[in-house]
Amino acid sequence: MNPVNYLYLSALLFTIGATGVLIRRNAIVVFMCVELMLNACNLAFVTFSRMHGNLDGQVIAFFTMVVAAAEVVVGLAIIVSLFRSRHSASVDDASLMKL
Amino acid sequence: MSFPLLTATAALPALGAVATAAVPAARRTAAKWLALFVSLATLALGIVVLVRFDPGGDRYQLTESHPWIADFGVRYELGVDGIAVALIALTALLIPFVILAGWHDADPLETGSKRWRPTQGFFALILAVEAMVIISFEATDVFLFYIFFEAMLIPMYFLIGGFGDRAHEHGDEAAATQRSYAAVKFLLYNLVGGLIMLAAVIGLYVVAGNFSLAEIAQARANGTLHMATNTERWLFLGFFFAFAVKAPLWPLHTWLPNAMQESTAPVAVLITAVVDKVGTFAMLRFCLQLFPEASKWATPVILVLALISIIYGALLAVGQRDIKRLVAYASISHFGFIILGIFAMTSQGQSGATLYMVNHGISTAALMLVAGFLISRRGSRLIADYGGVQKVAPVLAGTFLIGSLATLSLPGLAPFVSEFLVLVGTFTRYPAIGIIATFGIVLAALYTLVLYQRTMTGPVKPEVAAMPDLRPRELLVVAPLIVLLIFLGVYPKPVTDIVNPSVKQTLSDVHKKDPKPSVEAAK
Amino acid sequence: MENLIALLVAAPLLGAVVLLCGGRRLDAVGHWIGTLLSSASFVIGVVLFTDLLGKNAEHRTLMQHLWTWVPVEGFQADVTFRLDQLSMTFVLLITGVGSLIHLYSVGYMEHDERRRRFFGYLNLFLAAMLILVLADNYLLLYVGWEGVGLASYLLIGFWQHKPSAATAAKKAFLVNRVGDMGLSIAIMLMFTTFGTFAFGPVLSHVGDASEGKLTGIALMLLLAACGKSAQVPLQSWLGDAMEGPTPVSALIHAATMVTAGVYLIVRSGAIFNAAPDAQLVVTVVGAVTLLFGAIVGCAKDDIKKALAGSTMSQIGYMVLAAGLGPIGYVFAIMHLVTHGFFKAGLFLGAGSVMHGMNDEVDMRKYGGLRKYMPVTFITFGLGYLAIIGFPGLSGFFSKDKIIEAAFAKGGTEGWILGGAALLGAAITAFYMTRVMLMTFFGEKRWQPDENGHEPHPHESPRTMTIPMIVLAFGSVFAGGIFGIGDRFLHWLEPVTGHEEGNSPVSALTVTLATMVVLVIGVAIAWAQYGRRPVPAVAPRGSLLTRAARRDLLQDDFNHVVLVRGGEHLTRSLVYVDHTLVDGVVNGTAASMGGLSGRLRKLQNGYARSYAVSMFGGAAILVAATLLMRAV
Repeated sequence: MNPVNYLYLSALLFTIGATGVLIRRNAIVVFMCVELMLNACNLAFVTFSRMHGNLDGQVIAFFTMVVAAAEVVVGLAIIVSLFRSRHSASVDDASLMKL
Repeated sequence: MSFPLLTATAALPALGAVATAAVPAARRTAAKWLALFVSLATLALGIVVLVRFDPGGDRYQLTESHPWIADFGVRYELGVDGIAVALIALTALLIPFVILAGWHDADPLETGSKRWRPTQGFFALILAVEAMVIISFEATDVFLFYIFFEAMLIPMYFLIGGFGDRAHEHGDEAAATQRSYAAVKFLLYNLVGGLIMLAAVIGLYVVAGNFSLAEIAQARANGTLHMATNTERWLFLGFFFAFAVKAPLWPLHTWLPNAMQESTAPVAVLITAVVDKVGTFAMLRFCLQLFPEASKWATPVILVLALISIIYGALLAVGQRDIKRLVAYASISHFGFIILGIFAMTSQGQSGATLYMVNHGISTAALMLVAGFLISRRGSRLIADYGGVQKVAPVLAGTFLIGSLATLSLPGLAPFVSEFLVLVGTFTRYPAIGIIATFGIVLAALYTLVLYQRTMTGPVKPEVAAMPDLRPRELLVVAPLIVLLIFLGVYPKPVTDIVNPSVKQTLSDVHKKDPKPSVEAAK
Repeated sequence: MENLIALLVAAPLLGAVVLLCGGRRLDAVGHWIGTLLSSASFVIGVVLFTDLLGKNAEHRTLMQHLWTWVPVEGFQADVTFRLDQLSMTFVLLITGVGSLIHLYSVGYMEHDERRRRFFGYLNLFLAAMLILVLADNYLLLYVGWEGVGLASYLLIGFWQHKPSAATAAKKAFLVNRVGDMGLSIAIMLMFTTFGTFAFGPVLSHVGDASEGKLTGIALMLLLAACGKSAQVPLQSWLGDAMEGPTPVSALIHAATMVTAGVYLIVRSGAIFNAAPDAQLVVTVVGAVTLLFGAIVGCAKDDIKKALAGSTMSQIGYMVLAAGLGPIGYVFAIMHLVTHGFFKAGLFLGAGSVMHGMNDEVDMRKYGGLRKYMPVTFITFGLGYLAIIGFPGLSGFFSKDKIIEAAFAKGGTEGWILGGAALLGAAITAFYMTRVMLMTFFGEKRWQPDENGHEPHPHESPRTMTIPMIVLAFGSVFAGGIFGIGDRFLHWLEPVTGHEEGNSPVSALTVTLATMVVLVIGVAIAWAQYGRRPVPAVAPRGSLLTRAARRDLLQDDFNHVVLVRGGEHLTRSLVYVDHTLVDGVVNGTAASMGGLSGRLRKLQNGYARSYAVSMFGGAAILVAATLLMRAV
């Protein structure tokens, strides 16, 4: 199977994720969409690794996973505490950082 | 390798600042004593520098040199000439008095203000300023100088904005607004100056390939480093602008009255007697050495601006209603004299200007600190709120009078010698400017004596009737300054001996010789 | 012997330091410490004087180098004292009269709680004045010059709680500062011309300098002299200076400090000799002032202000004489010394009268005091006779010589100057007789004050009368001692130089003319104030009288032009500084603020809109990269 198809898939997943981040208000969904984008990237990395025949892409993919895991920890914690204090998980409600 | 004396002189107050800041809030008195002790130790180091410096020796002494940012040729290079030594000694000398005078300025407020007033922070910031000022005087690497020239704005900003007069503290929102306005104004003016200087510093690197003052100056002198006329002028203007803001020279002066008015008296002294001196010092060290031709090119304009500063500052001082603003405008007038002396390019003028920096530091400190004691008693900065203080607090009035007399350059007190040298030095080359500048001495008498008359003489106002005289701590601050004013007034030789050789060097950098008298009668 | 010179200055300086820093502990003895130290200075002066007398005229210059004061490349100022005949004369006058006035003040200031400080200031004055006359270069002279100005400031404003005193003190200092400006410009000119400002080199090289520069120096020195010696146009401060305690008026504003200008001119004689134009200006200033002061003196009802006008006028005589050049220098100094005696005596007499009259100064409220204060009356009377130039007394010898020298100037100038001096002598006789008659003769005119206290005129204590008696002796005999056999001339000539004038009128004629105008002046005064009772309230008087009461409107001019004008100038400058200079910068800041205000609208707080801009930015970046590749 042509590895380029994986790249198309990856681009599709990334676009779905990005759209989700931009249009959804629920912080959890936004968060999942971010994960989707990260994994789309991972897919692309692995594909490129396969295409070029070296291991760089796979190594980077592992890095990305670690980062994503760390991000889940921090991000979920923030969302939970935000929900506790404001009883809402809408990203639009948390607009205090404007001037 | 010998003991890095210059690094130690700057590092000691820096470490002291850290240590002072680390003292827990509950033991704020300990923080004060620690700061005082550190400043005294720095003074001791400053005296060692003074003693170790040999006026007849090399141009830069006690030098230290280490690579720092090798890629850009930035080095950690220190060295002092006579002018720097004198100013380091002045700085180290004044800080203990500033600390002692501000002993209670940062105490927490008794009444229900929620403002956080970290006592130890106040003293730590003062020490931090001291460290940065000292290293600015020592740096012979342009980049190193630039960093500390700019960095001292940070602690100054907090000192001005965070610690106002106790008199104006009590729940007065307007006062807090004004104070933060003054602090921001101070910061913005000096930042703009600094940014323009940064551009010039980078430009200098592009042209010269390194930042070492000694190397560039030498290359300039023996012709190996050629600068196009326009390049030199632009670079000169970039440097000069920053120093003129700091100094401050008319019309870049308006931040000073605000800053001095809003800050406490010791901080005001720190601004005008210590920090501003970096500006005039840098004109002597960097502008004249690095850009001799451009300096001469700009001289006429600078002299006129300095002259305007002298007269304009004095006239505005006459019109002030606020004691601190009055002193600020008087300082602007005095800085005019200093810049006049520097750019008259005669040995009398430049020696006088350097001496003036020292003397102005001491005399302004004396006047401003006593004014601060006065203000803290009555809780007002307005001249009209006083009257007849002489009757109730004769010692305070007497020291205030001596400070005033020093400000008007009474012969016998230190500022006279320097002011006269500046005037003579200017007069020999530019008689008309010298004569106009002499009007400044009449105006100086006017603003100081009017201030003294309105505050100290006349019938005793009921509000000042219960005013206590100077306390021992306050007397301890003022008395040594007055002794020093008198001593340097009758015997300025120790300072001039240190300064003269460096001035001679600077003059030879710009290829200027003193005008000869028309009749040779001196021998 | 040279080493004693510094002690002359050191003694009163020590007194000033001890008394001013000593605190309340010294209140009980402070005045005696002050008097003792000033007398010590006088004793040292006498010792040095006898030493000088024992030497040949050429060797009568002693120098004491103390230390190098300001050493800067090409600019050398030393603290060096020079004692020659001229400064010796001043030293004796200053310390002698000074000590007497210290003694007088012990009594006069007895009830003042700040007496210690008063003596501290007096000692400070003595030290500064001695530095002034002993300095060997103009810069050190400047120290003394402003030092006496400071002492004068402190003493005029001694009763600071009175706003009028504080204002008068400030005014004196400021007007003097204008003069000081002249001195500092003169020193700068000297430095550019000669490369030095020490007396010796400058005065001996005068011949090498151009006349234009010398005229400039001389005129600037004259400006300085005008300030210190209250000469027109800088005379306005002296009348107000009478706000100070009377001993101060006697010592500083009559006998010593105000004559410093004359000293300066005589000391710089070589410069003035080489600048005839400047000399002419000096004589004109002197002549104008001697008439100005005399006219003002005629109209004042305040006894001290009348005497102040007289001082101005007498110094006018000295300046006139000094402007005449070598024919007048010696007589200027001689008149200065005799004037020091009789004017100090007159002021002390006035102080004694005030002491007995509850500090009343209005002569219209005196009258007939000779019965109550016999000693004061006699000493004051002798001073009066001396100042109007009664034959045989001090003023006769010195003033007569000046009038003679003025005529000897020659030409039209000589006639004008001589005529002015003669006219001045007549007016002097008039106003001094007026003072005498209003104070000591006629009926008593004093009334109980608003609290019902009636003054009880009484003779002053011994500490006050003794100095008055001593000064009266000086007023009577000093002129004779100096004048007969030209002793004073021979003493001073080596320093100042002397030439005999070529007078178109004989000395005898001048003396006779002086006698005639003197009699006329006294007679007019007698007709006006002796034969008729003096009204207790001043009559309106002629236009000239009213103008003279206001110091010939000079103060009003100053007020309108300088004070008001200055106020307007500073006020408008404050406005300009706030609106224009600050405004430009603030305007720049405001426009930046407006711009950023618009920009910050983008910062709306919605995380998703930030994300959009981020994606947009990334997309643009990618597109740009691809585009660059493609090209």
